[in-house]
Amino acid sequence: MHDASTHESVFDGKRRARLDKIMKRYPTKQAALLPALWMVQEAQGWVSDQAMAEVAGVLELTPAYVKGVVTFYTMYHQHPVGKYFIQVCTTTPCNICGAESVVEAFLRHTGCGELGATSKDGRFTVVEVECLGACGFATPVLVNDDFIENVTPETVSDLLERYR
Amino acid sequence: MGYPHQPHPRETLVLSEHFGESGARTYDGWVKRGGYRALEQALGMEPQAVIDEVKASGLRGRGGAGFPAGVKWDFMPKQKSKPHYLCCNADESEPGTFKDREIMRWTPHALIEGCAIAAHAIRAEVVYVYIRGEFTEPIAVMQQALDEAYAKGVLGKDVRGSGTSIDMYIHRGAGAYICGEETALMNSIEGKRGNPRIRPPFPAAVGVFGMPTTINNVETLTSVPHIMTRGAEWYKSLSLSSPKSTGTKLMSVCGHVAKPGNYEITMGFPMKDLIYDLCGGMSPGRTLKAVIPGGSSVPVLDREEAENCVLDYEGCVAAGTMLGSGGMIVFDDSADMVYQMMRIAKFYAHESCAQCTQCREGTAWTVRILQKILSGRGEMQDLDLLLDVGEMMTGKTICVLSDSCAAPVVSAVRKFGGEFEAYIKGARQPAVALV
Repeated sequence: MHDASTHESVFDGKRRARLDKIMKRYPTKQAALLPALWMVQEAQGWVSDQAMAEVAGVLELTPAYVKGVVTFYTMYHQHPVGKYFIQVCTTTPCNICGAESVVEAFLRHTGCGELGATSKDGRFTVVEVECLGACGFATPVLVNDDFIENVTPETVSDLLERYR
Repeated sequence: MGYPHQPHPRETLVLSEHFGESGARTYDGWVKRGGYRALEQALGMEPQAVIDEVKASGLRGRGGAGFPAGVKWDFMPKQKSKPHYLCCNADESEPGTFKDREIMRWTPHALIEGCAIAAHAIRAEVVYVYIRGEFTEPIAVMQQALDEAYAKGVLGKDVRGSGTSIDMYIHRGAGAYICGEETALMNSIEGKRGNPRIRPPFPAAVGVFGMPTTINNVETLTSVPHIMTRGAEWYKSLSLSSPKSTGTKLMSVCGHVAKPGNYEITMGFPMKDLIYDLCGGMSPGRTLKAVIPGGSSVPVLDREEAENCVLDYEGCVAAGTMLGSGGMIVFDDSADMVYQMMRIAKFYAHESCAQCTQCREGTAWTVRILQKILSGRGEMQDLDLLLDVGEMMTGKTICVLSDSCAAPVVSAVRKFGGEFEAYIKGARQPAVALV
């Protein structure tokens, strides 16, 4: 599916230097695993098996171990996602304030149709997320790294204009 | 203050005084507001004297467990034979709780100062601030403040000529609620799956990287500088009822109130006044139905219990629940308690690390039983089953995630049983389709 030969190395040059600096914060190389995976996702948009193998090599871990960690944490994408990854909080505090209708509005306006699917133009993926920790600002939404508060079904369309 | 609202005269502004002031975010702005005096003072004291002062203040852990902070620090070895670590738990993910986020967004130097004082007290040279991955803005604000603190000599080698070295790093989480559990947090820092560890050994003996470690919540650490400058007696005087609950508490109030936000109250404040006076009560025409006061992990209170509850550690226990993190979820009479319990259970099922059978299976089955009831195909015996499963999930696992799922669900079945029965008996239209 994803040919190993197409994997572009992440930890060359500047990024390798940045990772080396991060490694100095910890007494073990392994502890730099979460930061390294963040760097992979920042560079490539998701964390492929090839990238996991590369991280394993750099941190002297096995690819299987790295995969075990990647699959534990929901924020690491194990497959490509839309250019804008939209996470809508639907846990109880937001839920009672109408979060599910916010999700519906996102699915409709992005053309994604269903949760987890990517829109045909490759622009958007919409998922429900468990508690974003901004319950007093229901409904909070995370679009890539943009944290947006007080989203309602009525504001979704305008909000998406920024990402068109 | 009730950020994003104006301060209410009945609040006691200590931690939240500067919420909403972007000028408080910079080093200079923080110093202008009295910042870093407490650190200077603490660095001039013996570590044990700092611990004793915090012990005397009665400060208890604000993350949820309420363990006395000074006592926790005192567990650290007095003779340092290997590296000591401080971990700041900023993995705020408990549904209903959003106070640590505001502390980091508006007063990052207050947290840095609290961490530095704690590090001095427990003789830790390295502090890891573990911030949940979704908190993109607090991470950016904190990183900028850390860089500034290094540049100004508040962090690094030989802080202010004291001979004490303190390094502080942000460790970004990646979307796992369980990493707010202290032993899971340490595993996550070590580059592992965030599975909680069996205790003993406790972190003060064998913590992160196998070294003596203390883990404190953001709000707890941010309270420390005030205790240093104003004294333990002053802190202790901030108490309206139980002498075992001292200081101020940030209450994150959300759900069906007119003005959701973070309200800073003195321990012992009446919940009724917080809801109706400070938060402006329910929407017009609506009445209070229920409150989950400590983040979603604690038993739900019905209206009468909530209106009589005193907001401190003992008061919440007396009301049959817990103060927890102080994340108050308020439900008015429009809320469907059955559906919301299913959403709460879904949260825990999603976040279970799946190590323990009772939790992995218990959370998932609680969701399925609730969905069956919501689909209109429930039977009366399902209510007994929910209680039974809840009992099997309580006190039997490595950490309390399992208990945290059972507590709200079991209490809701007991207190709002009529709503569950209405679905079972067909008096309510099905809310979900059974898959």
